[in-house]
Amino acid sequence: MAAAPQRGSPLYAQKEFTSKKRDDFEDILEERRQSSDLRYAMKCFNPVVYKGLSPCKPSAIKTTVLQSDQVQYVIRQLSKEMGESPDIIQEEATEILDEMGHNIQTRTIRFFALTLSKVFKTLFRKICVNGEGIQKLQQAIQEHPVVLLPSHRSYMDFLMLSYLLYTYDLALPVIAAGIDFLGMRLVGELLRKSGAFFMRRTFGGDKLYWAVFAEYVKTMIRSGYAPMEFFLEGTRSRTGKTLTPKLGLLSIVMEPFFKREVFDTYLVPISISYDRILEESLYARELLGVPKPKESTSGLLKARKILSDDFGSVHIYIGQPLSLRALASGRIDRRPYNLIPRYLPQRPSEDIQDFVNDVAYKIELLQIENMVLSPWVLIATILLQNLPAIDFDLLVEKMLWLKGLTQTFGGFLEWPDHLCANKAVTSCLALHSNIFILVNGHVVLNDKGSEGGAMEELVFKQALAILMCGSYRNQLLNLFVRPALVSVALQMTQSFRKEEVYSCFSFLRDLFSDEFIFFPGIAVKDFEEGCFLLTKCDIIQVTAQEILVAEKGSAAVSFLSAMLRPFMESYQIICRYLSKEAKEAFTEKQMISGIRNFAFPLLETGSSQCYEVLSSDVQKNALSAFVRLHVVDKMKTTNGVTYAVKKDALNKTADMLDSRIPVIKPATARL
Amino acid sequence: MAAAEEAGGAPGSASSAQRRLRVLSGHLRGSREAPALLSASPCGAQGAAGLPGPATIPKRRQELLKWNGWGYNDSKFIFNKKGQVEFTGKRYRLGGTVLPILKEWMEKTFGASLEHKTLPRATLNVNDVPPSFANEEFLQDLRATKISYSQDPEDRVFRAHGHCLHEILVLREGMFKRIPDIVVWPGCHEDVVKIVEVACKHNLCIIPFGGGTSVSSALECPEEEKRTIISLDTSQMNHILWIDERNLTARVEAGIVGQDLERQLAERGYCTGHEPDSMEFSSLGGWVATRASGMKKNIYGNIEDLVVHLKMVTPRGVIEKSCEGPRMSTGPDVHHFIMGSEGIFGVVTEVTVKIRPVPEYQKYGSVVFPNFERGVACLREVAKQRCAPASIRLMDNEQFQFGHALKPQVASIFTSFLDGLKKFYITKFKGFDPNVLCVATLLFEGDRERVLQHEKQVYDIAAKFGGLAAGEDNGQRGYMLTFVIAYLRDLGLDYYIIGESFETSVPWDRVLDLCRNVKERIVRECKEKGVQFAPLSTCRVTQTYDAGACVYFYFAFNYRGIGEPLHVYEQVETAAREEILANGGSLSHHHGVGKLRKQWMKETISDVGLGMLRSVKEYVDPNNIFGNRNLL
Ligand SMILES: Cc1cc2nc3c(=O)[nH]c(=O)nc-3n(C[C@H](O)[C@H](O)[C@H](O)COP(=O)(O)OP(=O)(O)OC[C@H]3O[C@@H](n4cnc5c(N)ncnc54)[C@H](O)[C@@H]3O)c2cc1C
Repeated sequence: MAAAPQRGSPLYAQKEFTSKKRDDFEDILEERRQSSDLRYAMKCFNPVVYKGLSPCKPSAIKTTVLQSDQVQYVIRQLSKEMGESPDIIQEEATEILDEMGHNIQTRTIRFFALTLSKVFKTLFRKICVNGEGIQKLQQAIQEHPVVLLPSHRSYMDFLMLSYLLYTYDLALPVIAAGIDFLGMRLVGELLRKSGAFFMRRTFGGDKLYWAVFAEYVKTMIRSGYAPMEFFLEGTRSRTGKTLTPKLGLLSIVMEPFFKREVFDTYLVPISISYDRILEESLYARELLGVPKPKESTSGLLKARKILSDDFGSVHIYIGQPLSLRALASGRIDRRPYNLIPRYLPQRPSEDIQDFVNDVAYKIELLQIENMVLSPWVLIATILLQNLPAIDFDLLVEKMLWLKGLTQTFGGFLEWPDHLCANKAVTSCLALHSNIFILVNGHVVLNDKGSEGGAMEELVFKQALAILMCGSYRNQLLNLFVRPALVSVALQMTQSFRKEEVYSCFSFLRDLFSDEFIFFPGIAVKDFEEGCFLLTKCDIIQVTAQEILVAEKGSAAVSFLSAMLRPFMESYQIICRYLSKEAKEAFTEKQMISGIRNFAFPLLETGSSQCYEVLSSDVQKNALSAFVRLHVVDKMKTTNGVTYAVKKDALNKTADMLDSRIPVIKPATARL
Repeated sequence: MAAAEEAGGAPGSASSAQRRLRVLSGHLRGSREAPALLSASPCGAQGAAGLPGPATIPKRRQELLKWNGWGYNDSKFIFNKKGQVEFTGKRYRLGGTVLPILKEWMEKTFGASLEHKTLPRATLNVNDVPPSFANEEFLQDLRATKISYSQDPEDRVFRAHGHCLHEILVLREGMFKRIPDIVVWPGCHEDVVKIVEVACKHNLCIIPFGGGTSVSSALECPEEEKRTIISLDTSQMNHILWIDERNLTARVEAGIVGQDLERQLAERGYCTGHEPDSMEFSSLGGWVATRASGMKKNIYGNIEDLVVHLKMVTPRGVIEKSCEGPRMSTGPDVHHFIMGSEGIFGVVTEVTVKIRPVPEYQKYGSVVFPNFERGVACLREVAKQRCAPASIRLMDNEQFQFGHALKPQVASIFTSFLDGLKKFYITKFKGFDPNVLCVATLLFEGDRERVLQHEKQVYDIAAKFGGLAAGEDNGQRGYMLTFVIAYLRDLGLDYYIIGESFETSVPWDRVLDLCRNVKERIVRECKEKGVQFAPLSTCRVTQTYDAGACVYFYFAFNYRGIGEPLHVYEQVETAAREEILANGGSLSHHHGVGKLRKQWMKETISDVGLGMLRSVKEYVDPNNIFGNRNLL
């Protein structure tokens, strides 16, 4: 019964927890440092393209979109609804397309090739890419339409990818970008000419916009016009944690396959990691509520002073292209697609929505798995547990221990064979001296410039450094979250009984499902994976009924749960705030400033060390978790969304978080 | 060319219709050579009341037809002493012709080689044949009916299969696990009634057998069937009972095969115009039972359009309508329970079909398009304007090359397959890529003036889609391909090449996507399954309708180096069908479901739909006497 869609998770493949070999990384800057950038920019560019491609101009795509049955249908529909002439609506559609459409030009690409060569060489030591990934991508591009799905940590991401594809003579991607870029006129147009197309952030209600946008994307997929690139995370992650996926664009690019307008579509997970993220301090400020500078050309120019700084290396890991056809096999009921003309807009069935969601999570998990981690990520994790200072040698020792753990957990560490640990730490500290410095054999928080400031400023400065540092620790946490959650659960329950530990695990997993990436619906598997990894490192022993912490394992359990402590504590503080101070009905904005005012004194007096509670990211995630757990009600009113606390439920959750009461068993899952 | 010359001798008005018959089916001197067996049954006399017509196919089919391959014993492709392909026998126009470039095409397409040969065993080993189980009481009752029957192993094996690839392979290299225990030859409707009665009385299983051309495993005996299996061979019910010229209908016994029906009608100046590619051997009853489709359906309609009345014997009794009104509003049309019933409800014994005067003039034609997309767009337009000729088919590039490979001996011995292709396009079709272009073949029919007018209309439309006329010859060869393909398969089998065809129907807007995806799926599946040489994966649009088209696929590959070729083949075929369904194609346009495609029936007609059919079966045949287990 191949047609019967199966709910379930064949999509969730058991991972292999082995470190990947990294010997096949190639540094694309190496050649740039040796030969002429100009010649490189002017090189003969005959990229590898899709085999079924009939080349066309960007303007031809727009024409096709406008004339498509899909768009024409919506135009007619709207014209009837609004009593407007179709011509006027068509006009509108043309304008939308003009605002949206890319206008990719080789000239501009060459301009970018030249300037980016210069810029990258000053900013970065190396830009490394896995050669095998390039080869597979090259194949994939020829075979089927390709969708590139990179992680998003920096504005550099898409420049980096286009630059990479140009270097390897691969078809240049068209990139879905936020419309805010168009605010910067010069940059916006430049990006447009280098293949960016622009989507409005919200267009839920606008049928015409939706139709035009979807058709624009699908037209390019169908014809294999160019690799399509967008960010599943929707925006740059300011925290180093992978953001939960946005599904809209993903379901659009899948539709041509669902309707069999293409034989297959490749989805390519790509992980881009930076030793040091360009926007690190901007992000931290933003999270702390310092207003984000509007995207503006002048703002970008100010960033020029960044150019004198050192940002280490960049690693791009191009994952194995995933065949959508293979992913969908057995999961899609074909009847709905067979019974309606293909031009009619069709709401995806629940099965399809689930499928899209599963794929999105799968890809993000692959991004995490393939993300290259620098030693600094380990150091940051250790430092955050040893504030304000730690002995250098101790740091090195701990780091070596964490390195081993990371590798056993399948982490992808960038660690050259010959590199000695001392050197690694020193060089990381040099790169991140804005956060930590070495003083008299001790590594301490760099609080330069905060002496003598007001208390409030001091807290702010501390928070800034800690959030920056946290964004690196979070890279590790992405990967460690399952064993770390098991560790927390072990500590919270103070029990050996597997069932109880699982209950607690599953409660926390649910609570934190906006913070971290969990494949939908497989709490048991996640638990087993966490236990498996801990067992593998001799931290725990698992029997049929019990989980025992090994003698030598308790330090590791403490360490792992300490990685999550900032989240645990933040949620506890937010609970306290909500139960004490929240008004009848409040907005998100009110809550955010409320929490800040509530937490500042705690930090000033030192009664809490949890600086991360000041991060708007944690605050927002906590709010949505509480809504999901029915601890807070969400109400839509004419003036927007407001929230109200359900006291009883909140207190209960707070009690569970504080381990005052045991976690209530979720619907019994079989272990 | 021998047959074509003889055409001159054919009687006046019938000549053009017969020309087509000769081209496709060969003019059958065979009918004179093979003495017609007069039915032994007393009702055989009924035939005399209508038109006496010696049947082409004898009761002992093996005397005329291959026992382990397609068609006549004397007609086959061989490699002659010079290593060139030649077609033997004198039945077909192709007979005696050398096809010098076919070998090269085979080598190029399949990586096949003359050195690697795998021959089937020469004769049936009677000892391998499962024994016949039939109890004496039943045989006594059967004898009492005076209906001819046989328990001879050869007779039984011959009726144990159709012409699916796996069935032919079994014949060549193995043996069926279950075959009919006995073959009976009713001579008329009443005989069938008697046989069904006897079978019901003894609770036996009947499988109706028409021409044995099934390509859906419909004739295969269910292995688990424990009861005696009776193959009810309708071939002796082969008479035209009457012709009604006022209403242009004819009453015909269901066992008549296509070529006999058309030949005999032609003698009176008529035809049914129903010409499935298997028409030499397939029977009227088989067409009804499978909802067959003929290549000239644009003029004459498919079988459901041709049937005016029919009679079927079921365990519950005989079903027939009370009159022959041309259309009725009397609830759901019960004919539609019968058409397509694939032998699970009963035996169709007599059919009243529409007939038409034999057309005065026939003309082939062809159009070359720069690519398949333009070709499909053209066919769509032709369908939209409802001006499709008797037949219009669009072959993709691979099939065009295939057709090209069937060109007979040409002047220069240096001409190779590729040279020929190049010449073909350089001389006539500048700017067309010989590896991309595709060809539509056309057949026009009617009175001369109209045909010429019609021809112009179609060529004008084609021109709008970049189509250029490419001559009658290419058209005719295109049609030849469809009937020699079955013979060619036997040749391929000798050289490690296995192949099959399958078909579907699909809405117009999905035709292109379906063709591309299904072909690609086949190629990929073969690769995944370890097939060393890329398979032949080709299609043509064979019929056009207002709302869609029928698409026909050929798929063949060289299986050297593969452990279980048949298994691989079956997996690929299943995958291809999955692909068709996922692309909005139907489970079948005309081959039927049989047992081969049963697994998709529920999905195809829904639970309730299947339940409806089941309840009819339950009512008509509660003891599953017609137990071939097709469809449900
Ligand atoms: C080379 C080739 C070309 C073909 N081309 C076409 C084509 O162009 N168009 C097309 O439609 N098909 C085509 N077919 C398929 C096949 O010829 C048809 O399905 C045909 O209708 C079968 O007729 P038959 O007399 O050979 O039936 P059989 O193969 O003997 O039987 C087919 C099924 O019908 C049942 N049956 C037969 N006679 C009766 C009866 N009198 N009463 C009740 N049930 C009966 C049988 O039990 C069986 O289930 C082709 C097949 C081949 C091998």
